[in-house]
This record gives sequence, C-alpha cells and structure tokens, in this order.
Amino acid sequence: MATETTSAVSSCVDSHGSAIGMPQLCFEWFPNQIFWLVLTLIVIFLVLSRIALPRIASVLAERQGTISNDIAAAETLKAKALQAEEAYNKALVDARAEAQNIVAGAKADMQAELDVAIAKADAEISAKAAESEKAIAEIRSGAMKSVEDVAKDTAAEIVSAMGGNATAKDVGAAVAARLKG
Amino acid sequence: MASADKAAEGSSLVFHPMDQFIVQPVFSEGAIHWYTITNMTLWMSLAVICVVGLMVVGTSRRAIIPNRSQSIAELAYVFVYKMIEDVTGKDGLVYFPYIMTLFLFILFANFLGLIPMSFTPTAHFGVTIVLAFAVFFTVTILGFIKNGFGFLGLFWVASAPMALRPVLAIIELISYFVRPVSHSIRLAGNVMAGHAVIKVFAGFAAIAVISPLSVAAITAMYGLEILVSFIQAYVFTILTCVYLKDALHPSH
Repeated sequence: MATETTSAVSSCVDSHGSAIGMPQLCFEWFPNQIFWLVLTLIVIFLVLSRIALPRIASVLAERQGTISNDIAAAETLKAKALQAEEAYNKALVDARAEAQNIVAGAKADMQAELDVAIAKADAEISAKAAESEKAIAEIRSGAMKSVEDVAKDTAAEIVSAMGGNATAKDVGAAVAARLKG
Repeated sequence: MASADKAAEGSSLVFHPMDQFIVQPVFSEGAIHWYTITNMTLWMSLAVICVVGLMVVGTSRRAIIPNRSQSIAELAYVFVYKMIEDVTGKDGLVYFPYIMTLFLFILFANFLGLIPMSFTPTAHFGVTIVLAFAVFFTVTILGFIKNGFGFLGLFWVASAPMALRPVLAIIELISYFVRPVSHSIRLAGNVMAGHAVIKVFAGFAAIAVISPLSVAAITAMYGLEILVSFIQAYVFTILTCVYLKDALHPSH
C-alpha cells in the first residue's frame, strides 16, 4: 500500500517515528496483521487439536480411571478385611466351644475314675469292716467261753478251799445256772 | 519505544502513549507488506511458543500425578471445557479446540504484552475484529446449518405479546449485528486503554517531584492490567460460548 515511501514514515507514523492518531486505526497495516493473525491461529489450532488437547484428555481420563480403580480396589480390600475379621471371630468362638467340650470331657472322665476309686475303696472298707466284725464276734464268743471256764475253775477252787468236795459236774451246773442269771 | 530519545529533543515532558502500538518491520526498513515480518509477528510467534511450551512441552510427561506445568495446562483445559459445557451444553464440546485456541491466544498475547517494551497484538482492532468476525460468521453459518430457517426464531421472541414481537425482532436483529463490534472493541479497548494509561504515568515520571507517585500509579495499574488480561480473555471466550449456544439452541 505504502510502497512509494522508502522510509519508515507512512501515513500512520510521522517523521519523528511517533504515531499519528491511533495506530490501531492504521488501515495500511491491516493486511499484515490479518495475515499473521490467521497464521498464528492456524498454528495454535493445529498444535492444540492434534497434540495438546488429545494428550491432556487422555491423561485426565487415565487419572479418572486410576482413581476409580483404586477406590474399587480399596473397597475389595475392605470387604476382604471384614471377611477375615468374621472368620477370626468364628474361629475364636469355635475354639472356645471346643475348649469347653474338652474341659467338660476331662471333668466327666475324672469324675468316672473318681467314682470307680470311691466304689473300690467303699468295697474294701466294707470287706475290712466285715472281717473286723467277724474277728470281734470270735473274740467275744471266745471271751464268754473263757469267762465260763474261769468261773468254773474259780468256783471249784473256792469250794475245795472251803472244805467242800464238789464234783466238776455240780460246779459246772451251778456256774451255768448263775451265768444264766 | 523510541519516545525516550525523541523526548530529549522536545520539551522535558513529552507523551507518546500510542507509540507502543506502532507496527514496525523487524528485519527491514520501509513499508509493511502483508507478508512483512513485524514486531507483531514476533510477539504472536512468542505467544505460539508459549502455547506450545505450556500445552505440549509442559504435558509431555503425561503423568498421572502432574507436575507444575502439567497442572496449569490441565487447569486451562478443564477451565475452558467446563465453560463450554456449562454455557453451551454437551453438543458445544465439538468446538472445544476452536474456543481453546481463541482463549489461549488472547491470554498469552495479553500477558506477553505486559512485559515492558513488548508489543500487544490484542490491543489492535485489526486483530480483534478478525477474531470477533470469525466467531460471528462461524456462529451465524452454524446456526443456519444446524437449524435451517428456524435459526431466525432467535429474533422472534415467542414468549412476548404478538404486538411487541416485530419491535423486539428489530432490536434483537440490531443487537445481533452489533455483537462482533462490541466483542472486538471490548477486548482491544480494554487492553489498549490500560497500556496507554501506564505510558502516560510513565511520562509523568520525568518530573522528579511527581515520579514516586507516578511509579506507584504504574505499579497499581500494572496489577490491574494483570487482572484485565485474564478477565478479557475469559470474557471473550465466554461470549463466544454464549453466541455458540444461540447458534445451537436458538429458542429463547
């Protein structure tokens, strides 16, 4: 447009290099501005639409996916932990019940053994007692007989000492009569 | 840019707030043809390099746990993606790369323009008008392709009383055609105004008494400009989404 002027001075710039009016309204520059603007916009558009925006979109999607995967994994792990806790509690209850069973079993066994021992002891004791009673009865009967013998002997001696003369048969009868009371 | 040298030969207080917007050839002197590599070309290509650096190099690790640059790239992605989803609906997501291109270009052009001595392409109507008309024509053509003549229902407010509808249709029609103008001037105007104001404050810094105040004002304006840089990119993008929604769902 301003090709006829050889210096920088144009209709928009004075000889001192200062602007005449508003440089924004200098229509000489418009073709240049429009050309470079369109070129700039095309370059930015191509860079954004071909490289930058798809890349950022994929990164954002990937991050979203990672986050939701992590949340899902965390939930799975939480469920597993709950299951493990339940299993643990169940095992604890089982073990407790078993222990009680064992204790009860042991107690019953011991009781049975004890009962057997007690019965055995009782039997022994009663056998011993019967034996003793028998011995006592023997001793007692032996003693009664001895008393009769001693009484007969003593009575015979006393009679002879007194100058009597009694037969053994008479003394025996007399003692027996007395003993009968 | 050259104003500091020129100020010496003039009076002590010379303002050239608009000189920062002059388009100059980088490698040659003389006229600017449509293909000439200018300072605007330089800063636009820097914006491209920044976009590539953030969105391609920054995400090259493709990490599940992102590093800093990948976080920022993902943040930008999700920010624009959600914006389209919320404003336009799911069927607007097909146009996500187009809208992302607009957003990132405006964002980086604005922020690179905040570097001292730099050039801001988005402060030029020649740039923003192209952006706005690209959106306008795309949306209009898309509206007719998707809805046929049903797209004209956008101007015919069915919920209004019959008597009011023609009046509303005219208003709607005017507002529709004003869209690209407001869309482009909003962006360029905001960016240009901030930069020019900073330059004016910088001019006042030549007076020793005022300079501390001037520097403080530049700092404050710079903070505001950082905000404006982002907000204008955001506003341009969300308006694009709104216009796109009109094209896809023309009923009120």
